[in-house]
Amino acid sequence: MTQDSPHPRNSVDRGALYPRDRDWHPAAYTPGYKTSVTRAPSRPLVALGSTLSEETGPAFGQNAIGDLDNNLILNFTGQPAIGERIILHGRVVDENGRGIPNVLVEIWQANAGGRYRHKKDGYLAPLDPNFAGCGRCLTAWDGSYEFLTVRPGAYPWPNDVNSWRPMHVHFSVFGTGFGQRLITQCYFQGDPLIDLCPIVKTIGQRKAIESLVAPLDMNRAIPMDCLAYQFDIVLRGRRQSVFENRMEGM
Amino acid sequence: MGRLDDLKETPSQTAGPYVHIGLTPNKLGNAGVYPVDLGESPIRDGAQGEAVTITGTVRDGAGMILRDALIEIWQADADGIYPGNDPRGAADPNVTGWARIIADFDSGEWLLNTIKPGRVPYPDGRSMAPHISVWVVARGINLGLQTRIYFEDEDNSACPVLARIEQPERRETLIARQTGPGHYRFDIVLQGDGETVFFDI
Ligand SMILES: [Fe+3]
Repeated sequence: MTQDSPHPRNSVDRGALYPRDRDWHPAAYTPGYKTSVTRAPSRPLVALGSTLSEETGPAFGQNAIGDLDNNLILNFTGQPAIGERIILHGRVVDENGRGIPNVLVEIWQANAGGRYRHKKDGYLAPLDPNFAGCGRCLTAWDGSYEFLTVRPGAYPWPNDVNSWRPMHVHFSVFGTGFGQRLITQCYFQGDPLIDLCPIVKTIGQRKAIESLVAPLDMNRAIPMDCLAYQFDIVLRGRRQSVFENRMEGM
Repeated sequence: MGRLDDLKETPSQTAGPYVHIGLTPNKLGNAGVYPVDLGESPIRDGAQGEAVTITGTVRDGAGMILRDALIEIWQADADGIYPGNDPRGAADPNVTGWARIIADFDSGEWLLNTIKPGRVPYPDGRSMAPHISVWVVARGINLGLQTRIYFEDEDNSACPVLARIEQPERRETLIARQTGPGHYRFDIVLQGDGETVFFDI
């Protein structure tokens, strides 16, 4: 199954992308995160404004997505995974605050013990036979998305002698233009490991780090069932002409 | 939250070593959740245009070939129209334009079967030489790297994007070398000698 036939989009999906604020993102070369040292380009990036090649992008249809794809507790074997049950939800918006509908959000994570279902992960914590650790969904009309999962455990990794990853969920997000493509990680409010993490610290600005920390959301928690955390995602905005805006309102 | 136009793009974090769990679980061996991985091919049977096969690797600054790189590509159809939301109209219905490719877990080689895209206009009306947009993520890459594949047997001399690269020898890093009819080689070098040009675009 590849993505659907292209479906018509409106003028919101067109227009030049706002430039990226490269000081807000992590730098490529961040020696505190050791693997970046040999994988960071050493030459300056070649900067130019977006073109059609970045302003257009792939579209996905609902029939590419299965009913349980956003339910990581059940989507592997149908038997429930072990761990703290949580709803992880939020909205995908652009820098103009507009919700972006029908875009693909994919996540992956360790199980409740901090172990990934991956041949390269040999951590002591056991695999959960009922947890694969991947999920996906399309955003709704207002850009909202929702996953049901277990809260991932923290885990140790070889970087410094005693480096631990805070609890986190990896997010891959599409916008409407290939130039908006983004991978990031969601952390959880109150986790003391966030401030110690070399990967978190690749980001230089405090406010940028805070934007990756999902607060507890008791309004969406379900009594006697699960807690909830809210993680909103902002993608690059687009410049819009007055004419296009008018067309939108008509 | 301040004014809406104060919103900042969500900062990137590395895809890490386990990106395949989320994006290509079947290729990793975690079958059972999704029937197939997304992005198997940017074309379907019947796509118009010249069939091309591109192979390559992703190499780091120490000369090591990455076995954990994940690449996505985005391209126009043979007439230079993008599928989906191109304001100029509808593309070839058999071109989806997008693929997700992984380096082989043992050799690090990646492979793309597609059709050669047409020329696409630059914002000022000049035309960009045929190219495929490339986005590379992996452990150790903090923000996905954007580059482009151009083709050795096309006229790349007037492409306004290539012209933005000041040193002519660096432009060569974006040009796939023809290794046979319809076959090209495009090795990505993250750092050091022959470092691929990456864009802030
Ligand atoms: Fe992780």
